[in-house]
Amino acid sequence: MDIRAELLSLLRENARYTTVDLARMLGTDESEVTEQIEALEAEGVLKGYQAVVDWRRTDEEPVRALVECNVTLDRETGYDDIAARLVGFPEIQSLRLVSGEYDFSLTVEADSMGEVSRFVSEKVAPVPEITQTVTHYLMESYKERGFEFGDGHDDDRLSVSP
Amino acid sequence: MKISERVERVPPSGIRRFFELTEELDDVISLGVGEPDFTAPWSAREAAIDSLERGRTSYTANRGMAALREAIAERSRERYDLDYDPDEEVLVTAGASEAIDVAFRAFVDPGDRVAIAQPSYVSYVPGVTFAGGEPVPIPTGEADDFELTAEALREHGAADAEALVFCYPNNPTGATMSKQDLEPIAAFAREHDLTVLADEIYADLTYEGDHTSIATLPGMRERTVVFNGFSKAYAMTGLRLGYALAPPEAITAMNRVHQYSMLSAPTTAQHAAIDALDNCDDAVVEMRSQYDRRRRFVLSRFDEMGIDCFTAKGAFYVFPESPWEDAEAFAEALLDAEGVAVVPGDVFGAGGEGHLRVSYATGMNELREAMDRIERFLD
Ligand SMILES: Cc1ncc(COP(=O)(O)O)c(C=O)c1O
Repeated sequence: MDIRAELLSLLRENARYTTVDLARMLGTDESEVTEQIEALEAEGVLKGYQAVVDWRRTDEEPVRALVECNVTLDRETGYDDIAARLVGFPEIQSLRLVSGEYDFSLTVEADSMGEVSRFVSEKVAPVPEITQTVTHYLMESYKERGFEFGDGHDDDRLSVSP
Repeated sequence: MKISERVERVPPSGIRRFFELTEELDDVISLGVGEPDFTAPWSAREAAIDSLERGRTSYTANRGMAALREAIAERSRERYDLDYDPDEEVLVTAGASEAIDVAFRAFVDPGDRVAIAQPSYVSYVPGVTFAGGEPVPIPTGEADDFELTAEALREHGAADAEALVFCYPNNPTGATMSKQDLEPIAAFAREHDLTVLADEIYADLTYEGDHTSIATLPGMRERTVVFNGFSKAYAMTGLRLGYALAPPEAITAMNRVHQYSMLSAPTTAQHAAIDALDNCDDAVVEMRSQYDRRRRFVLSRFDEMGIDCFTAKGAFYVFPESPWEDAEAFAEALLDAEGVAVVPGDVFGAGGEGHLRVSYATGMNELREAMDRIERFLD
């Protein structure tokens, strides 16, 4: 694997690895790691770094919903145009064009169910090309971006073994 | 009750003592673990579940399921150039452990000398003793990066041994041996007509260079038994599945012991193993690359602490020099003061003194914390 690919895989595993540790793991030096990260950021490959939070364990669990959207296109309007109208809303955490029964899949986040519904009915549904929305409220998260949300099972290996 | 003299002769294991010390404390980060921290790939576990749901709960053929022996033979041929007939030259066992034990009992007569390259996995010496043989330790040392040399074999009396046991990539040192370095060992074995028992259970965990099996060297196939298994590369320790590859007469002899002691390896595990070979290559590659990063991390940290450690290239251990002359005292003090468990090298026999076995089969966060604690302890 080349160093960029390995670097990306390490940062996906844990974006908080220090450059020193990344250098150690990759068998290279810190300046090389810094340089590569800067290049990846500049090229827009590395878009940002976020924590994976299990909100259930906090007092401020936001309400999240998956919203399916169907659209009709015409000569003037393509998927990108519709997406451009939606991406700016801070309530929308992710916006993806998907294949299958519907066209766009959105993750919407707000403080209450009311806010989510209002947002979908007042901001998303009125977009002229959007013909239908179906909202699924997220009830429980078991896994997010590769991290399992259970209590995790303890390491039950013997502490010292052959 | 009378205990046999053979059993009386084998002292309790040093590993066990360290385990007990560790158990008395809370908040211990253990770098003393000789097994993967990963879980077996889901696909293999699923195959085990499926086999149970279908009620595959009977014994299999003594030598193991035909489909598994075929998959093992094919894999060994493709990856390591080890060409064995699945019907006559493969024996599936309950872990490599059983294969090793069965081999000692099949090949060792009372009083036979069995040379064992050390530091070594802790079961070889007792295994030879239980079989009535005489273990002959052959120390390897840091000067040779813990590789076995023909000089060491000569010097420590392997010439009049019946058999030679070694393991590369090695537990506890992480040392590997290249084809070139194996050649003089093969020549020695041919010259002195030694049976070679090669434990290659860590073959798939080789990080630099390719693994070479001594059985592929000229004139070696007919005198070598290769051990391997699913515990390490596939993180399937608890499923207890291993195997031996050897010429027909050797497998027949080993199977004679195996069929009366074990009958057959666990059936559920055999189903999991078939799936592991069919579907889990990606998981092995992923686990290996994670071990490799941790290996580099640990080596680099020791280097910065000024702790001397040769570059281990396989398995999931490094074997640094103990900062104190008395490695056991160091390991105990480190455990006591900082709650980090490492295993003193003495436990693994000749050549291990003054060293520590540090396993990196532990998540990066814990590993980093453990290395920080070691550094703090040294200050
Ligand atoms: C060198 C070596 N051989 C064999 C074994 C045992 O393997 P298995 O689980 O297949 O019995 C181990 C386990 O630690 C080992 O380190």
